[in-house]
Amino acid sequence: MTDAAARAPRVWTRFSPTERIARSMLYILTAAAVVWSMKAVDIIPEFLYDAPEQTADLFRRMWPFDWSFYPKAVHDALIETFHIATLGTIMAIVLALPLSFLAARNFTSNPILNFIAQFIFVSSRSVNSLIWALLFVAIFGPGALSGVLSIAFRSIGFVGKLFGEALEEAQPGPIEALTAAGAPRSMILVKGYWPQVEPAFWSVALLRWDINIRESAVLGLVGAGGIGVALDAALNNLYWDQVGLILGVIFAVVIVTEVVTSTIRSRII
Amino acid sequence: MSAGALLSLRHLRKEYRAGQPVLKDITLDIDANGLTAIIGPSGTGKSTLIRCINRLVDPTSGEILFEGKDLAKLKGGALRAARRRVGMVFQEYNLVERLTVIENVLTGRLGYVPAWRAFLRKFPEADVTRAFDLIDAVGLNEEFATRRADKLSGGQRQRVGIARALMQEPALILADEPTSSLDPKTSVEIMELLAEVSANRHVPVVVNIHNVDLARRYATRIIGMTGGNVVYDGPPTGLTERDLAHIYGGEDFL
Repeated sequence: MTDAAARAPRVWTRFSPTERIARSMLYILTAAAVVWSMKAVDIIPEFLYDAPEQTADLFRRMWPFDWSFYPKAVHDALIETFHIATLGTIMAIVLALPLSFLAARNFTSNPILNFIAQFIFVSSRSVNSLIWALLFVAIFGPGALSGVLSIAFRSIGFVGKLFGEALEEAQPGPIEALTAAGAPRSMILVKGYWPQVEPAFWSVALLRWDINIRESAVLGLVGAGGIGVALDAALNNLYWDQVGLILGVIFAVVIVTEVVTSTIRSRII
Repeated sequence: MSAGALLSLRHLRKEYRAGQPVLKDITLDIDANGLTAIIGPSGTGKSTLIRCINRLVDPTSGEILFEGKDLAKLKGGALRAARRRVGMVFQEYNLVERLTVIENVLTGRLGYVPAWRAFLRKFPEADVTRAFDLIDAVGLNEEFATRRADKLSGGQRQRVGIARALMQEPALILADEPTSSLDPKTSVEIMELLAEVSANRHVPVVVNIHNVDLARRYATRIIGMTGGNVVYDGPPTGLTERDLAHIYGGEDFL
């Protein structure tokens, strides 16, 4: 027995035969998927060839921007976009917070409640905010209200899922200590969980606000208020100098919010 | 049940997996004074025993008689009210890292103060004064009060842990390996502090401890456990090498 073990050459391979087969299958499938999707996309070569020309032409029509359009229509719409994003984010946080405590398995030990909360999160996230906006425009009519609601409903799942996961990663030690002190559940939440997850909370909330500013900029395309309404009008009228101005404004706003949120985030954590 | 006992465990049994008891029929009386050290090898149920007393772990059967109630049967509000009377000190301190020292100490009052007060950080003035006094008493000073718990050393954290336990105005303090994460000198200081708590504040302390020398030096009573049973119960002076060999199994370590 020991002789046999000593004589047998010891070989080490990184993958077992099954793993090797599985990996080759994966490569083949990936290649097939690429070929298949190329065919399905059905690229028209003529359009591809003159794409650089078209792009250059578009930029030429956009520049110089129609600056006089800014005070006329863009400024108010921009402020409305801000309001939609901010109100929507706040609303989402208010709705998502209690749900994320229900979703966190260490805080809520009832699997049915966990499931319900998770289900709400998944439903919220599975629908794009543009689709939510189409639904709300159909219900409440065009305008900022539909925008706020669609931003809020899309964000519930995002905020709730990430914050719920942060809760699940909270250290159990301090929770145990507060339990041992006879603290009621509400206080364990406030003094045990909250201090631990507070940085994660602000980080998630700010990130979502940042995303929502960008998302609310396009909601106007389906009539849910904000700068997108102006963009839609300019596109339909083929006023490319106005389109260019609006795109430039959106770009500037996104950069500003990025700087603001990352500054706040680094201060809080 | 002897007349002076503060805490009486009766036939306490705990099985994490059915049929495999970690604690087998523990019956003990803890008097309202002194420092009781529980020694024994790892995995022998010392932590489980201490956590059963305040029901962080639910015993499988048996009674935990404390201040006229059977803690093993309490639930909800009654259990929380009973827990307020039992302070606990942990091996890894279990402070809320991102809160300041004083707020950590004040969490010892969470079982007493109304929720809205704790939420708004408006603790009663008497509690705040007491918290400052306790921070002094455990050997820290006012300067530490506003420092965040994650900025402290291990010894300092454990002092905050003891202050938090005292903040509950407990009738009993449980300490689960309070010195195991500390260096030898700090361990002595922490044990000294716990001994002082039991002697001067008249709060009995039950402590799980690995260090037999520290147990001998500071305990007024030693309980030796092995395999889920109590095999020694008496004064530290009565603890012989033979007893230790029985508790820890074998003599090689002596």
